[in-house]
Amino acid sequence: MISLNKISKKFGKLLAVNDISLNLEPMHSYALIGPNGSGKTTMIKMILGMVLPTCGEIKVDGQQIARSWKYREKIGYMPQIGRYPDNITIGQLFEMIKKIRHATNGMDEELFHSFQLDFMLKKQMRTLSGGTRQKVSAALAFLFKPPILILDEPTAGLDPVSVEILKEKIQKEKDAGKLFIITSHIMSDLDDLSTDIIYLYEGSIVYNNPVSILKEETGHDRLGKAVSKIIRDHATTTNSRLH
Amino acid sequence: MLFLMFSSIGLYQLDSDTSKVVMSLMNILLIVVPLISVIFTTIHFYNSYEFIELMLAQPINRRTIFVAEYIAVSFSLVITFVIGLSTPMIIYGAGGIGGTLLISGSILTLVFTSLAFLVAVLTRDKAKAIGLGLLVWFYFTLIYDAIVLWVVYTFSDYPLDTATMIMISLNPVDLARILMVLKLDISALMGYTGAFYREFLGSNAGFFTSTAILLFWAIIPAWLALHVFRKKDL
Repeated sequence: MISLNKISKKFGKLLAVNDISLNLEPMHSYALIGPNGSGKTTMIKMILGMVLPTCGEIKVDGQQIARSWKYREKIGYMPQIGRYPDNITIGQLFEMIKKIRHATNGMDEELFHSFQLDFMLKKQMRTLSGGTRQKVSAALAFLFKPPILILDEPTAGLDPVSVEILKEKIQKEKDAGKLFIITSHIMSDLDDLSTDIIYLYEGSIVYNNPVSILKEETGHDRLGKAVSKIIRDHATTTNSRLH
Repeated sequence: MLFLMFSSIGLYQLDSDTSKVVMSLMNILLIVVPLISVIFTTIHFYNSYEFIELMLAQPINRRTIFVAEYIAVSFSLVITFVIGLSTPMIIYGAGGIGGTLLISGSILTLVFTSLAFLVAVLTRDKAKAIGLGLLVWFYFTLIYDAIVLWVVYTFSDYPLDTATMIMISLNPVDLARILMVLKLDISALMGYTGAFYREFLGSNAGFFTSTAILLFWAIIPAWLALHVFRKKDL
């Protein structure tokens, strides 16, 4: 569904993403992990066309995305930090986005209601707390039933109840056949949600396998432990190469 | 708008001769209009940065986003300018050249909105953008005239007709000034460059050429800014 072919991105001299090739399929939920600054957000932004790759090509649904924009109808995006115009109210924001995206197959307002956003339609975005903004972002991402959902740190800043609501929603949509790309630093969240693990380090893919294989390989049953094992293994191999 | 309205009403109060008032107004316009356009546009662009990001995640063409931003800013600035200036003019009368003043001022607003958009898409943060925008404004309103004057003075032994004309066309503020001056018939009072232009061009031909070049000044930076924006990483 999404394929990245030898993607690199340079910001000045900094090589943010280094020669990545990936194939992402529906029905899977990919957990994108890696230390801060390893290129996760850059990769996501390149799929969205917000950052243009220095070289390589990205295809969504078999279509090149360079210079195209129509494909974004298929993607719901929840940014790491939801930033919205200050003076707009929640109600106006949803109205506007609805006008921009002509919903062809109806709308999914489940999150909108379960996060109780309908009770604060008149609130201005400026007055909202970080968590409430996250809820708005999440509700917007799911609103148009897109087949691809990209969630950048979806649970950061949410209260425990909302985290559960969101996780249930992700689970449900994943089972319905959607493609998820989720980045997070909270392994226990990813444990329930992801089917595949992609570990990025300094812009390169170090590890890319289904969770079941990962757990088998490392002999750990919990994702957190399994992941930290591959990270440590990776660190020792790079260190020994250096010496 | 209020600033324009009050300053023009004040000027009308000070002097009973309309053409003198219009001349003072023109000088204010040539300096203030570019400044307001540049500052307002850069601030607006960086304040709506989040919004642009939000729009980019939606299925919308980047060109559409940019054109919408440009139209929104430039139209509101032009409308502000026109209302602010025309209200006192209607009340007190402008002596025939009010129309020229409005047109050239409006185009000047567009020119500096375009330049400011170009500056805004080329920079990465607000402070730099405003600084660079102010530099552009300073250059076109003050420094450029000084350079032209210096060149003309230094090389006064040579025939400079074409050279001066080209130099003037390279500055939108000068062009706007010439547009007004050609109508005002007081070119000698309006600085060296203005005086030159009148000598070379008859009233009508001069008017159309300078309007055309001025429009180019509005279109080309906006077009360049659009191209930068389409390739910009946000």
